[in-house]
Amino acid sequence: MATMEAPAVPVTLSNEEILRYSRHLIMPEVGMDGQLKLKAAKVLCIGTGGLGAPIGMYLAAAGVGTMGLVDFDIVDQTNLQRQIIHGTKDVGRKKLDSAADRMQDINPNIRIIRHEVALASENALDIMKDYDVVVDGTDNFPTRYLVNDACVLLGIPNVYGSIFRFEGQASVFATREGPCYRCLYPEPPPPGLVPSCAEGGVLGILPGVVGVIQATEAVKLILGKGETLAGRLLLYDALNMRFREMKLRKSPDCPICGPKRTIHQLIDYHQFCGVPRHPEAPAPGLKEGEIDAVEVKALFDKGHRFVLIDVREPHEYQICRIPQARLIPLGELPKRVHELDSADEFVVHCKSGMRSAKACDFLRQAGFKKVKNLKGGILAWSDKVDPAVPKY
Amino acid sequence: MAKILIPTPLRPFAGGQDSVDLPGATIRELLEALTAQYGDLRKHLYNDEGKLRSFVNVYLNEEDIRFLNKEATEVKDSDTISIVPSIAGGRSWQPWKHRLCR
Repeated sequence: MATMEAPAVPVTLSNEEILRYSRHLIMPEVGMDGQLKLKAAKVLCIGTGGLGAPIGMYLAAAGVGTMGLVDFDIVDQTNLQRQIIHGTKDVGRKKLDSAADRMQDINPNIRIIRHEVALASENALDIMKDYDVVVDGTDNFPTRYLVNDACVLLGIPNVYGSIFRFEGQASVFATREGPCYRCLYPEPPPPGLVPSCAEGGVLGILPGVVGVIQATEAVKLILGKGETLAGRLLLYDALNMRFREMKLRKSPDCPICGPKRTIHQLIDYHQFCGVPRHPEAPAPGLKEGEIDAVEVKALFDKGHRFVLIDVREPHEYQICRIPQARLIPLGELPKRVHELDSADEFVVHCKSGMRSAKACDFLRQAGFKKVKNLKGGILAWSDKVDPAVPKY
Repeated sequence: MAKILIPTPLRPFAGGQDSVDLPGATIRELLEALTAQYGDLRKHLYNDEGKLRSFVNVYLNEEDIRFLNKEATEVKDSDTISIVPSIAGGRSWQPWKHRLCR
């Protein structure tokens, strides 16, 4: 008797699953075949943060049979504004545990594999090789290029999403014919072009929209239905509520998926992106030109005459302030420097000390001799002098 | 006049505007006009050798100019030019900012 080739694990749905997925089963684009494909599928979600939250929850609910999660972070209070897979009760827990619990509660039928690691060149291929689709919910360039390259090398489609403030991007990379992330952006921005702290931030709902688009694309890739974003870059502007679409082509010069490829294995992505692998901790002592928050408080208490300048942005000043401080945002300092008397003594602060260090450099170059940087900024003031000043 | 759409990360260097209408027959002329008006944008768009940076893409309508005639690509008045830089995530647009801003 001839033997028929059967899948290694025959996939069927239980009665509970048939009821659970009934809204899928009754539509022809999914149906029983599609639902069984979802159940047999293995999807790896990199990150369980802003993008990972909707990706993980919707793919669990949709019945993706095996969900891998990669994260090594801990839930903190500032995550809750957008990372809706985690709740207030989860603050302090591992994101991996918190996310897995939520997903398992949504759908106890799925298998969740926890990868509690920082994805790196040494472990990425090993972790990713067993998955059918990778969904990239990372928040940094080294990991983005690593995920892209690993997906290209392994031939696994990479569902991409990225966000900034109220703008998002989404696409599908590394399909058999399609372009990859390096076709779109051959290189990351150099660290020198970093915008100031005041320009960060993200609308909490934005990763929800972008993550749901990624989850949709993952499901379509598994079902083999519809037209995916491969070859298209979707741009979303939440502020003006506008979606736009750019054509995305496979680059003939792409170093990893082009005909003249030069990358044949994973590289050092931190070096490639010009960022340190282990950010150095700030030195404990004071550097030349710095002053400690406690010392600044003592100067006030002694009635010492000096000017405290806050170089943050007005919207940060609204969050919290040191009462005696005078607000001159860093960007306005060059044109407002004439308001200051170089004979006076100055202490300059920002949120954590980076922008104020730039302001001090500027003032010294402008001929100011008595300028000090408040080490650690208003965060240090809150920690060491006045806990009533909120941290953000 | 063609319309140039300015992305969020670069708006602080373009007077906070999300779009600028400028005259120019090619992408090069338009970007010249743009950076002449907003000098701070130059270092974000061009590297030290004066080449467009590889993490900033420029689109004529929905086509990437790298696959057209690059900066010599001709522009009509009715065209829209999009500047689309790479962005990295939710915490910040660049990972090292995490280190700087903690």
